[in-house]
Amino acid sequence: MSTTADVTTANRIESIAELKRLANRLRIEIIKMIGTAGSGHPGGSLSEVELLSALYFRVLRHNPKDPQWPDRDRFILSKGHGCPALYAVMAEAGYIDHSVLSTLRKMGSPLQGHPDKRFFPALEANTGSLGQGISIGCGMALASRLDKKDWHTFVMSGDGEIQEGQNWEAAMFAAYHKLENLTVIVDYNHIQLDGFLKDILDVSPLAQKFEAFGWRTLEIDGHDFNQVIPALETARAAKDGKPTCIVANTVKGKGVSFMENNPEWHGVAPKPDQVAAAVAELEAAAKKL
Amino acid sequence: MSSATIPNTKPKYEPKMGVATREAYGQALVELGTINPNVVVLDADLAKSTFSAKFQKVYPERFFTVGIAEANMVSIAAGLALAGKLPFASSFAVFLCDKGYDQLRVGAAYSRANAKYVGSHGGISIGEDGPSQQSVEDYALMCALPGFIVLSPSDEFCARALVRRMAEHEGPAYMRTGRPKTAIIYGPDDTFEIGKAKQHGDGRDVAIIACGLEVNYSLEAQALLAGEGIDARVIDMHTIKPVDEAAIAKAAEECGAIVCAEEHLLDGGLGSQVARAVGKSRPVPMEFVGIQNTYAESATPEQLMEKYGLTAPFIVKAVKAVLKRKSRT
Repeated sequence: MSTTADVTTANRIESIAELKRLANRLRIEIIKMIGTAGSGHPGGSLSEVELLSALYFRVLRHNPKDPQWPDRDRFILSKGHGCPALYAVMAEAGYIDHSVLSTLRKMGSPLQGHPDKRFFPALEANTGSLGQGISIGCGMALASRLDKKDWHTFVMSGDGEIQEGQNWEAAMFAAYHKLENLTVIVDYNHIQLDGFLKDILDVSPLAQKFEAFGWRTLEIDGHDFNQVIPALETARAAKDGKPTCIVANTVKGKGVSFMENNPEWHGVAPKPDQVAAAVAELEAAAKKL
Repeated sequence: MSSATIPNTKPKYEPKMGVATREAYGQALVELGTINPNVVVLDADLAKSTFSAKFQKVYPERFFTVGIAEANMVSIAAGLALAGKLPFASSFAVFLCDKGYDQLRVGAAYSRANAKYVGSHGGISIGEDGPSQQSVEDYALMCALPGFIVLSPSDEFCARALVRRMAEHEGPAYMRTGRPKTAIIYGPDDTFEIGKAKQHGDGRDVAIIACGLEVNYSLEAQALLAGEGIDARVIDMHTIKPVDEAAIAKAAEECGAIVCAEEHLLDGGLGSQVARAVGKSRPVPMEFVGIQNTYAESATPEQLMEKYGLTAPFIVKAVKAVLKRKSRT
């Protein structure tokens, strides 16, 4: 549970309504960041916003003023292409100034095209080659146990990413070694670069697969804070020897109507007029929150 | 190389045989585990062969076998390192490096993880198991990863010392160990530093730069050459990356001719590293002993080393070839 060094009082957001407003603001930042960068992955960034917000403002034990605090929880964005959302959340949490967000993918920026701790040391691992995050998370969870610590490791994976075979090596390992201090969140937005998973290589039934590998699974609506927060808290508190997989059903491109459920927006940056349209839609939505 | 060209009066080079470098690795892990509780050892169902099982026996709570899943093992080691542990992950070199390469690249090299990887059964001297088990490209693969140090010890004392140096070194590291027992070249009092070669003799006719098992063959060649009045120095380049540029420049300057010998494909291994250093310092004629653009086959280690041109007579032949070119320059 929380200690004084946990999510700082200033960062913890109790109100669900406030979290919803935050998610909306983050989506605007994500669209602007990727638009300014001229390249990037809007679809999978927009689908993970509530999941990341719940982590950084309610669940993760971390301290933005002391990013290397040894007892912090670890978060690995295995789907590294979704980093604009992570950068926006970490800016909101205080790891970097909001002004840095406009440097995404630019020479010298800490905000590299995929997560790179050489430039942004508060990141826990470099990712971008899919399928490695759960294994790295297994290593971190083992380290926590060997050191008799109670910090937790969270890994966010894409659903297309789950097609990589290494995930299942890691899934076997985590269950066999009873890594209850490891949680995998699958951003299940049903779309990968070339199209819908069901038309490429379907991973369903995803929860049943992880269950068969010995994991606890929780299936939730990944955009509903009232489901996301309890699922993450359940996973964080687990003491029964089972790692947790949260299958979070999400919508790719969530919040921008012309991007939603459209594979075209996996890895294409919006043009200035599209940025303006997306921001206008999100600002209109904000008024109803 | 026909035996007729080998002089009848064979100079004495009869080293005592010691244990394999893989066994020395297992011993070194136990010693390291005793002084450093942070050491964690991983293996992928080959612990008895890599000798990491020695550590498992003494420190079972700090040993994890991942099953037959090398990619997972490489990334788990990276995760352990990023969380402050000192992991050593071992398997056959060919499975560790080739199957785990993207994981070594992204999880270890690119993330600058302080993880140590040890590939056993390097080269073709593994013998009868054949090419699928014979690592002939690990130096090239591992040298191509920014930030990695790449080690290939020549005997048990060198291997034991280098395990200790690897542990002290901050950053990702790779070491190749071998299957067969090796001749004893050093003693318990010899010291080794990463990136600092060991020189045997100060001959000025030619420098033979070798690593791993080829150091012993080079010492044998040195004795054969001495019988013919050719004064060679042998340089044990146990660190392939960062290669000892100072020792290489000195050898080029003082000897004017260099032969490289390695149990590896000629592409991208020790010879490539040395040639680059030579080119940067004082270009001199070079010859290269190694595996020629092919996979080997099943046979005894001795038969394979002979057939694929890695034994002392082949080094002698290469020395004579390089000396001809040296005399023309």
